[in-house]
Amino acid sequence: MKEFLLGKLSLRALPHEWFTIGATVSFLLLALIVIVAITRLKRWKWLWNEWLTSVDPKKIGIMYFLVGGFMLLRGGLDAIMIWLQQALSSGSSQGYLSADHFQQIFTAHGNIMVFFVAMALIFGLINYIVPLQIGARDLASPFLNTLGFWLFVAGVIMVNIFFMVGGEYAATGWLAVAPLSGTEFSPGVGVDYWIWSLQISGIGTTLGALNFIMTILKMRAPGMTLWKMPLFTWGSLCSMIMAVTVFPLLTATLFLMFLDRNFGAHFFTTTLGGNAMMYTNLIWMWGHPEVYILMLPSFGAFSEIVQTFSRKAIASYKSNVLGMIGVSAFALSVWLHHFFTMGAGANVNAFFGLMTMIIAIPTSVLVFTWIATMYKGRIRFATPMLWFMGFIGTFAIGGIAGVLLAVPPVDFQLHNSLFLVAHFHTMVIGGVLFGIFAGLSYWFPKIAGFRLNERIGKYAFWCWLSGFIMAFTPLYVLGIMGATRRLDHYDASTGYQPFFIMSLIGGIVIMIGVALQIVQIIASFIQKRHLLDITGDPWGGRSLEWATPSIPPPYNFTVIPTVSSRDAYLDLKSLGLLKHDYEDIHMPRSTASGIYISAFAFLAGFGFVWHINWLAVLSIIAIIVCVIMRTFNENTEYTITAAEVEKLETDRIKKLLPAPAGNNEDMGLREFVGIVIVWGLNVIRTKPWRTH
Amino acid sequence: MTKPKNKRAPSNHVGLILLSLTGLGMCITFLLQGVDVALFNPKGLIASEQHRLMIISAALLLAITIPTLFLLYFFAWKYRESNEKATHDPTARHGKYFVFSLWAIPSVFMLLLASIMWPATHKLAPQKSIASSAKPITIQVVAMRWKWLFIYPEQNIATVNFVQVPVNTPVRFDLTADETPMSSFWIPNLGGQLYAMTGHQNQLNLIADTPGDYPGRSAEINGAGFSGMKFMARASSQAGFDQWVRDVKLSSGALDTTEYKKLLSPSKNNPAALYSQAESGLYDTLLKKYGGTHGQQPDQAMGHE
Amino acid sequence: MAHALAESHEEAANDRVMFGFWVYLMTDLLMFAVLFAVYAVLQGNTLGGPTGRDLFSLPLVLAETLILLTSSFTCGIGMIAARAGNKNQVLTWFGITFTLGLMFLGLELYEFAELIHEGHTITTNAFFSSFFTLVGTHGLHIISGLLWMAITLIYVLKRGLNKHMVRKLTLLSLFWHFLDIVWIFIFTIVYLRAFV
Repeated sequence: MKEFLLGKLSLRALPHEWFTIGATVSFLLLALIVIVAITRLKRWKWLWNEWLTSVDPKKIGIMYFLVGGFMLLRGGLDAIMIWLQQALSSGSSQGYLSADHFQQIFTAHGNIMVFFVAMALIFGLINYIVPLQIGARDLASPFLNTLGFWLFVAGVIMVNIFFMVGGEYAATGWLAVAPLSGTEFSPGVGVDYWIWSLQISGIGTTLGALNFIMTILKMRAPGMTLWKMPLFTWGSLCSMIMAVTVFPLLTATLFLMFLDRNFGAHFFTTTLGGNAMMYTNLIWMWGHPEVYILMLPSFGAFSEIVQTFSRKAIASYKSNVLGMIGVSAFALSVWLHHFFTMGAGANVNAFFGLMTMIIAIPTSVLVFTWIATMYKGRIRFATPMLWFMGFIGTFAIGGIAGVLLAVPPVDFQLHNSLFLVAHFHTMVIGGVLFGIFAGLSYWFPKIAGFRLNERIGKYAFWCWLSGFIMAFTPLYVLGIMGATRRLDHYDASTGYQPFFIMSLIGGIVIMIGVALQIVQIIASFIQKRHLLDITGDPWGGRSLEWATPSIPPPYNFTVIPTVSSRDAYLDLKSLGLLKHDYEDIHMPRSTASGIYISAFAFLAGFGFVWHINWLAVLSIIAIIVCVIMRTFNENTEYTITAAEVEKLETDRIKKLLPAPAGNNEDMGLREFVGIVIVWGLNVIRTKPWRTH
Repeated sequence: MTKPKNKRAPSNHVGLILLSLTGLGMCITFLLQGVDVALFNPKGLIASEQHRLMIISAALLLAITIPTLFLLYFFAWKYRESNEKATHDPTARHGKYFVFSLWAIPSVFMLLLASIMWPATHKLAPQKSIASSAKPITIQVVAMRWKWLFIYPEQNIATVNFVQVPVNTPVRFDLTADETPMSSFWIPNLGGQLYAMTGHQNQLNLIADTPGDYPGRSAEINGAGFSGMKFMARASSQAGFDQWVRDVKLSSGALDTTEYKKLLSPSKNNPAALYSQAESGLYDTLLKKYGGTHGQQPDQAMGHE
Repeated sequence: MAHALAESHEEAANDRVMFGFWVYLMTDLLMFAVLFAVYAVLQGNTLGGPTGRDLFSLPLVLAETLILLTSSFTCGIGMIAARAGNKNQVLTWFGITFTLGLMFLGLELYEFAELIHEGHTITTNAFFSSFFTLVGTHGLHIISGLLWMAITLIYVLKRGLNKHMVRKLTLLSLFWHFLDIVWIFIFTIVYLRAFV
């Protein structure tokens, strides 16, 4: 009876090791603080109505940023633990982590960074910016938008809850290759948590990608042909077409592994006809396009930034677009380069090596178009442009490493070495993450209504860049020394330790950079009035999002503009064609269905992890019921009349404060520390927690 | 928009950056003293060829990257806002030669690299036997948790976590695994790696040209004992090798089914072990144990074209 | 003016939903593609045991195919009725489609029950794992389609045949035809090929 009710769950699943207890306590404490704060401020209703059930892509975008940012800290903590272990664990010292625990940490680190940080921040940017860039009010399906977000959150919860229930995650590496991930070699619940955190959020991603494609292809402003779209929108479109093509592959593969583990099937097992190599193929058919999915929106963001800060249109729009399309198309033909060493013949290996080299061509074209844009431009090195400069240098080095790895005989020596680790971190940090940071600092004024503190932003950038170089150059060297990745311990005679220590120091510098970014945000809030963006166009932008006020109203545009060129906003500005008409606007209603469906999805996944079959089955039935109820709900929109729009607009303009007089500079670090100390002393003096 | 107060001139930035990078380079060079940089220290034909290929490919790639980066930083400096002297032309439209070269330059470089890569991939295919006047020897390798078992079928001896080969003799490693997830057999000084997987046989051909001890390990994570799954490969003269084989035959312990079963149970950081004889057909039996994929013949060497 | 605007707004929304549904069908097809690829790789791994040739009953499968093809045909007629606004015809023809779908499902469940009764389950070997998964996933889709059909028909009965209902029926029929096409592939690649 107990087995039927609780499946594999037992008291043993509760935290009983130092790290699971520590993590559980930290999470519960954090949750407690948040809950108490919201209750004290009496903001539950506001939170539910204005944010959680919202279908506004601007709000959903911000929620993606917040969750993604939080997970960046968690993934970064994992990184520090990895750095520490590898710096300590030489010769007679075993470090402070057991081998199994260490393996779980880098697995979680990889999954979190790819799925729950990079994808989240990218989805946030696309959600917020693309509708504004194409002159749309919303995405094609507001419901799918909120559903996608909450499915992502369900995945986030799944990848964090294993601390509290079960105590283990997969210890297999971020892609959980078979047969290591089968029940024979990974009998615990770790891999099951891995499967379901990815499966649930993966479905959210597929729905989101579908939504973005529908929006970009069907909801552009009149006059905006595909060849007139802004480049960030192009990057997002290419990325999402890839996503909608390959995430179903991941869904199917995870499903097959689930059948292997839960139902004793033999897809990837070592016996009874299973074929583990097939898993490697399937997972990388998804896995390689995934990294380009992450990369293309960053490419698009950089294209925008280079244009705006060089005050010049992109050097060759068509080449840039064809470059992005080329990368997307060929991304689907290179997957085998991840396992040249598995034993395929020379023809197969050489073919995939060739395909990988071909992808380098459109990528180079993109870099050249950016550089050519700077030619005869008038370049301003605000923070977004600094991120671009940092990106090109690191991306070029990482690219060299990548094409080197594409030569199969060279790969035989570099596969699974720290050279590989350095290469892909260069691409994801130098490429994806720098692009996200660039985009966030570029569009922050639009999103928040005030711009970010430039001074501290530059410090943060330099810390990130120098920290990154110091952390990953030793890893390239270690790879050439023949050091394998994922080692929890190594002999002193190898001479690896000084390099790991150097890498750790670089990691600490990166963490300082992260801290400075947090400081930057807080300092910007403090100096909000001084940094206010009144015009809606703080940088001198060229595309439509700058035609809206910062922060845009819920309906984005009072009237959808008609577009006649690529630099839609620039032309509207110069021709004086910014209209101020009003018309009736149809808006989608908020809905909680996304939350309910995702909650049941989480419960279903949890049921599958612990073999609590009744829970899984009932949850799936509940999901179906919710979906049916939603699709037959015909009351999903409301209208804002033209008169109401006019009133909203005039009220907004009245509330705009003039810029404060005086020569207020962006505050520096010394000022910030001073403010914090004064505030802290004030808090201690007045003891606000004593009052009611 | 306010300008930051103490705006350093770009030349200061450049100087600082170059200084830091030089410092980093010097640090690394210093730390590399006395360290075996395996990939730059080839001790056999295969590793030498792979090393040469690495250098040529890297040189080719640097040839396109360095001018690109130079152009980037040069433009960034020349066309910066504060430089009044530079021409600013926001309507500059680049002609069709520009677009052509955008695509042509990377294509030419990639074509060059591909023309080097394709034949090299065939020449250095791990399954390809190494041409030599010396008679090749075969060593069967079984990846286990978490050690390497070496069976010498011709000499009828076996070892764990230690393998000795004569110099200038082609060695054919037949790789497989037993009750172990995918592992990767790698001796960096002698050449690239190849996967050892249950139910499959992969063939890796290597040759050593200098006597010495060369560390090897599994390069693919396969469980908790992964980091301890290392072995030593020793290359000696032919005479040295023959003597070693005689010594092993005199050592106690044979690799029979019981001993093999003991090896199969998971253990970490196994010390080197020697077996005076190996039960015949052990390797083929364990291949058949996984039934191959068709339930008849165990999978032969992969990579037949 | 407002009415025309509202209409064009609805048309645009319809257009988007149709397009989005096609994209969804492509993702579903890709998932099936993986299952087909897996079946192609693993179908020979019977470890000397019985193969499809020994186990499949072509008459049964032929019956399933004809039933499903017919149901697609009746579904098509139902759609013509829907566009003509004929509520009773819609209920009749989709009712027949539903019944045929149920018959198909019944035959498939019978086939699975027979196999399991003989001791061949998803755990037996890789061939059976891939067979049951591929054909079973299609069956799960059929069940979803039938559930969707039943609920939609109930709503048509209660709320009548308005534009929303016609759109829902259009999407449903697209899904149903899609499942039919996937079945043709299954029929060919799984069942027919076993006998070649």
